[in-house]
Amino acid sequence: MLKHESIETNSGLLIVLTLVAIGIGGLVEIVPLHYIDSTIEDVKDPQTGVEMVRPYSPLELRGRDIYIREGCYTCHSQMIRPFRDEDLRYGHYSLAAESKYDHPFQWGSKRTGPDLARVGGKYSNAWHTQHLTAPRSVVPESIMPNYPWLMQTELDYSDVGARMAALKKVGVPYTLTKDEYAGWTDEKGQKHPGTVERFGEKVANTLDINRAEDNLLAQAKAGNYDGDPSSISEMDALVAYLQVLGTMVDFSKFDEDYFIQFR
Amino acid sequence: MATPVKDPLTGAETTGHVWDETLQEFNNPLPRWWLWTFYATIIFALVYWFTYPSWPIGSTYTKGFSSITYKTDAGETKTTHWNMRALLAQDMQTGEQALKQKAYLEKVSAASYEQIAQDPDMSAFVRSYGNGIFGDKCAACHQAGGQGVAGLFPTLVDDDWLWGGNVEQIHQTIVGGRNGYMPAFNTTLNPEQVDEVANYVLSLSGIEHNADAAAKGQKIFNGYAGGCYQCHTTAGKGLTSQGSANLTDKIWTVADTTAEETPAERLKLVKNVITNGIQRQMPVFGAKLSETEIKVLVAYLKQMSTTQQQ
Repeated sequence: MLKHESIETNSGLLIVLTLVAIGIGGLVEIVPLHYIDSTIEDVKDPQTGVEMVRPYSPLELRGRDIYIREGCYTCHSQMIRPFRDEDLRYGHYSLAAESKYDHPFQWGSKRTGPDLARVGGKYSNAWHTQHLTAPRSVVPESIMPNYPWLMQTELDYSDVGARMAALKKVGVPYTLTKDEYAGWTDEKGQKHPGTVERFGEKVANTLDINRAEDNLLAQAKAGNYDGDPSSISEMDALVAYLQVLGTMVDFSKFDEDYFIQFR
Repeated sequence: MATPVKDPLTGAETTGHVWDETLQEFNNPLPRWWLWTFYATIIFALVYWFTYPSWPIGSTYTKGFSSITYKTDAGETKTTHWNMRALLAQDMQTGEQALKQKAYLEKVSAASYEQIAQDPDMSAFVRSYGNGIFGDKCAACHQAGGQGVAGLFPTLVDDDWLWGGNVEQIHQTIVGGRNGYMPAFNTTLNPEQVDEVANYVLSLSGIEHNADAAAKGQKIFNGYAGGCYQCHTTAGKGLTSQGSANLTDKIWTVADTTAEETPAERLKLVKNVITNGIQRQMPVFGAKLSETEIKVLVAYLKQMSTTQQQ
């Protein structure tokens, strides 16, 4: 029988048993998250069966990196909670599925500025460019810092493929091989759907790591997010990212009731 | 367990633990209030476990005995275990605030815009409810009072509407958004021609200009070279179907000539717009606001522009 006194007088044993006690608390909270999948919404287009939540395009991904680099998450959350006031101000509450490709997720816990989970499409590209460069020129009461260098700094996209490959390792369905793109059947006859089947061909093409740079350039040129077509700036990437936030799920295609069953 | 003993000096009980031959500690029990609070939290936790979703079991979890009844979009009444999403649905349907607003929203939804404007009760509701929507969705660009930002975002408080100011047109602008586009003329016109057209544009609203250049500019404006008339019309009054500006009303939404003091600077501003063109975008709000909310917003905007003019 282990005596109270013998634990108190043996610091090595005390450390081990303390870790075990804390470990139980941690495991009870963390382990279930790995096998309770019923809380992650299955968000497929009811007509086409295509998955609505997709990984970020190369340009959006670089924009997200800049979002993290500039520390936007320290003042802006990306998590609309299921409360009446938040629903009225920001829109539909965030789904678990909407951040399943975010590594790390940007939920945040501090709102010095407004929540950005559904900022996509709410303002024009021109507004975002103006606002990020000089926030007080459009929102007089804002306390957000100026980010004038975004417009002046050319976007470094040389390593975008490597960044996508890294995310692929943690489960984001970016593709490298033809099988991953078009789907394959393993030796047991089990079918694995490719990105074309899951997201549709147009999106699947943007998830191809081999074409990452071309895709990034094409999106930046077509979008001209910062209003300056002469170069691709960090502003282009960041605005492209902001404009996609919260826009992937088309809530008009679902009965509100559908999302309640996942809780 | 060490046997508790009494300390001979104070008479108080010690824990019985002895270190370094004589070192002992008093047995100071926890205060009763603290201990009972602690027991209460344990009881609270037990009640919570049975009431709300809590423990993971396999691939599912205990749902708790508490339940919530709400209506689906299809109108079906459903009862489910307690959870925040169902609670929100219930709150949005039958919550105290929701019921208060519901009566007004239904009234506004059924009324015509004239009826809303004439009914002081509905007008007051539109002013307060519309202000909330405007503050969050519109004010970032058009500013809190609707005055806009000169050169960037149009003002909403005058009677000049690029895309038309009747309720159907404003409604369409909010639901579908707008793409304001004017091509850049830097490759079509040479600098001299740009100068002439700019002088003509200034002359349309009676601003100081070079009359000779303006006369030449008029020909370019209404001719094949410039073709400006195709959107702005030969009279320069613009077309709401194109969102092309009325150039004769002294209201400047892009080139803010009123902010410039010298004729040369005003001319430069106008030349800039002709040279570089315009690309402006009003976002789509059809998916972000309900039909009734848009109606309230349109009524609010009409209220805002008419109040300012009085």
